[in-house]
Amino acid sequence: MAHDHEHDDHGQAPPSDIALRVKALESLLVDKGLVDPAALDAIVDHFEHKVGPRNGARVVARSWIDPRFRARLLADATAAIAEFGYTGSQGEHIRAVENTPTAHNLVVCTLCSCYPWPVLGLPPVWYKSSAYRAQAVIDPRGVLAEFGTWLPDEVEIRVWDSTAELRYLVIPERPAGTDGLDEAALAALVTRDGMIGTARL
Amino acid sequence: MGGMHGLGPVAPEADEPVFHEGWERRVLALVIAAPTRGNIDAGRHQRELIPGPVYLGMTYYERWFAALCAMLIKGGFVTESELESGLAQGPKAAPRLSAESVPVALARQGSYLREGESAFRPGDPVRARNLHPAGHTRLPRYARGRVGVIEARHGAHVFPDTHAHGGGEDPRPLYTVRFAARELWGPQASARDSVSLDLWEPYLEPT
Repeated sequence: MAHDHEHDDHGQAPPSDIALRVKALESLLVDKGLVDPAALDAIVDHFEHKVGPRNGARVVARSWIDPRFRARLLADATAAIAEFGYTGSQGEHIRAVENTPTAHNLVVCTLCSCYPWPVLGLPPVWYKSSAYRAQAVIDPRGVLAEFGTWLPDEVEIRVWDSTAELRYLVIPERPAGTDGLDEAALAALVTRDGMIGTARL
Repeated sequence: MGGMHGLGPVAPEADEPVFHEGWERRVLALVIAAPTRGNIDAGRHQRELIPGPVYLGMTYYERWFAALCAMLIKGGFVTESELESGLAQGPKAAPRLSAESVPVALARQGSYLREGESAFRPGDPVRARNLHPAGHTRLPRYARGRVGVIEARHGAHVFPDTHAHGGGEDPRPLYTVRFAARELWGPQASARDSVSLDLWEPYLEPT
């Protein structure tokens, strides 16, 4: 994926002003010896290929089949998730919250974009949008409806606004009819939106 | 902006890529790799300094880019004339991160937990103070003046209101505080729902 960005700039449309300004800043910082372009490539590769919601899905799947792991996850998610080797920036203090038949969890960062990078990767654009940040706390049911998720009125919604350095991971309910599936097959059922709480599985 | 109306639909995107534009990749990588004299809280504050009407019209990575440029100038790493001309002046430095050191740097845990005694206990009712600082704070406007219950305590954490402004870590006790949706939003909200926030002790008072 190294220098893939250059191809994006060579389409039919001329490069946008912001693309040129970013390229100029990168060149300046490289010329000054302040950044190594190979390090930039390695960072991009990490976020495009090494972290992402597949990590979180493995954690959730294990919590469905291993009650002792689930207990560790709910007691100290940071340590339980580190058992998979998922550590690092924006995952220093993770809390797992579980959906039940009577309670549904929804995560937002109204202040900006806090998100558990080691287990979910980088957040989608909508998570960082003004619309989601504004609505999720005042109208969680309306937000869920925008994702095609309707909850009965009797289900309690717990919204978590990650205002500090705690990052939240929703553990969705295990779908019915999955008794025969192994951990890998279960992990394939777990979606990113399910772990943010905008969808049910 | 929590609780504001009129900011449009959420518009989820099916099969969204990690990045939409090539330059967004480079902005994220530059923010992680570039040298800084600030910290994560100072970086957040820098993005908050973008004037509201401009901020709302920018995409996420445009904000990151604007704040990165401002932090590089503030930190003395580049000058405004270098940014304008694109021409490097002065001696050449050595990069903080190499490709080989990236995996280690990204796996590193930068815990915000510090020593400190907590005044409140789980179950205690608390009121979020009616504070309106001009600088960085992580007490959302919609919670100010509202009463909630301490749901969990997390020891002392680096206090962003001080840390963002070069005042050191100033660790303060951190809590998860649960507010009933009706306490925040009135009778239009569900009687069952709640919003929990992570709030530092200086934001709270006993009630």
